[in-house]
Amino acid sequence: MDLARTFELVGFGPDGWGAILLAGTATTLAAAFCGLLLSFVLGALGASAKVAGGPAARAAAETYTTILRGVPELLVIFLFYFGSSSVLGAIAALFQYQGFIALPGFLAGVLAIGVVEGAVMVEVLRGAFLAVKPGEIEAAKACGMNTFLRFRRIIAPLTLRHALPGIGNVWIGLLKGSSLLSATGVAELMRQTQVAAGSTRLPFDFYVAAGAIYIVITVSSGVVFQLAERHYSRGVARP
Amino acid sequence: MNLEFIGQTLVTLLAGIPITLELAALAIAGGALLGFAIALMRLSQHPFLYVSAWLYVQIIRSTPLLVLLFLIYYGLGQFSALRSSFLWPVLKQAYWCAVIALVINGSAFAAEIFRGGLLSVGRKEVEAARACGMSGILLYRRIVFPLAIRQALPAYSNEMVAMVKATSLASLVTLMDVTGIAASIASSTYQPIPVFVAAGAIYLLINTLLTRAVRALEYRLTPHLRPAQYATASAVTEAGVTPT
Repeated sequence: MDLARTFELVGFGPDGWGAILLAGTATTLAAAFCGLLLSFVLGALGASAKVAGGPAARAAAETYTTILRGVPELLVIFLFYFGSSSVLGAIAALFQYQGFIALPGFLAGVLAIGVVEGAVMVEVLRGAFLAVKPGEIEAAKACGMNTFLRFRRIIAPLTLRHALPGIGNVWIGLLKGSSLLSATGVAELMRQTQVAAGSTRLPFDFYVAAGAIYIVITVSSGVVFQLAERHYSRGVARP
Repeated sequence: MNLEFIGQTLVTLLAGIPITLELAALAIAGGALLGFAIALMRLSQHPFLYVSAWLYVQIIRSTPLLVLLFLIYYGLGQFSALRSSFLWPVLKQAYWCAVIALVINGSAFAAEIFRGGLLSVGRKEVEAARACGMSGILLYRRIVFPLAIRQALPAYSNEMVAMVKATSLASLVTLMDVTGIAASIASSTYQPIPVFVAAGAIYLLINTLLTRAVRALEYRLTPHLRPAQYATASAVTEAGVTPT
């Protein structure tokens, strides 16, 4: 592996693949971010069902987390991507439409990784809520806050503070999971790397470069999460 | 979607179970061994060993397994020296590339778990063992390892489940494991939903059995945490996971 050649290849020169890899990186980040939003919504729903829901809601949340944590992410991505085409195709057939129809790969992929990591997020948020001390909630009640105000002012901020490290792990999981979207043809970092590796016949150089980009993203998001943790814990005495 | 098709699919998918289980077993065993060595390196006093093990863990944990797998499977063929070496008969096979990638990936996560386990062994236990005259290997074999394994086992069972799930990536380098067979049936029958649901059920079953087995092992290994003979099994598991 010739380092000068590698740098030229992944750089932004005339023979460089830098712009394409950068576009792939942007897609990876976008997919992971959309997945984070979805997983947060699912996680909040699942956690509230587990903590405060009735027996049916609790059973549903329990089934969701058990199944999604025991099934490979790749299968879920395949299910959403290929499954969406058979569902949408059946619906389209009702309207006399015969052509091929499917969710775009990006959307199906984001739904898949969001649903998978949502199962992790349920446990993260549930654990974080349980770490809120009962006394803090009682104090809010004693001050006369109603349920909504109590949730907005006391429970949500405290839960999020406790959940921050876990959310960081979910984010890393989404970043790494988004690499699997390459299997359904989404033009994210891994897919672009495969294209570059194939057309230059230098797979080693490009997979090392892709690995380096993933490391840069994870390390820098680790730093961001650490700073956020410090910021939101500034009112808390360190043990 | 009919039951006959699902039944047929399940039977076809069964053919992929041996390779999935083989990959998982090799990954879990190899990941544990390599991870253990790396955990010991991280805990050593020697700065070179410590730093290189730390770097290894950080790098492997921040890159997706797919990058590592493709780097080994597609990337290594770039070097003609390697292609003519004695290693090539192994490295040209997708199966061994998948095993190597899974072992490397798993070892980084295992190393952190084992490090936590080794650090949890109390100073007093080690001192007591030294006072009894144990040293070196005997101390580790009799005192440190048994205590560390008990501590690390629950966390390692999560890692084992992750490895079983990770074996599905082997289908992306042409291996016909459960996921690979499912993808090929789905594309030839145009019925993706029942096929992938059936494949998911197989993984779920494997992981459930695996978790049960590890929990049973944990129960066997921690008789001192069981309150009394007449306690119910569920109460004991609760006690087993409570940090003491």
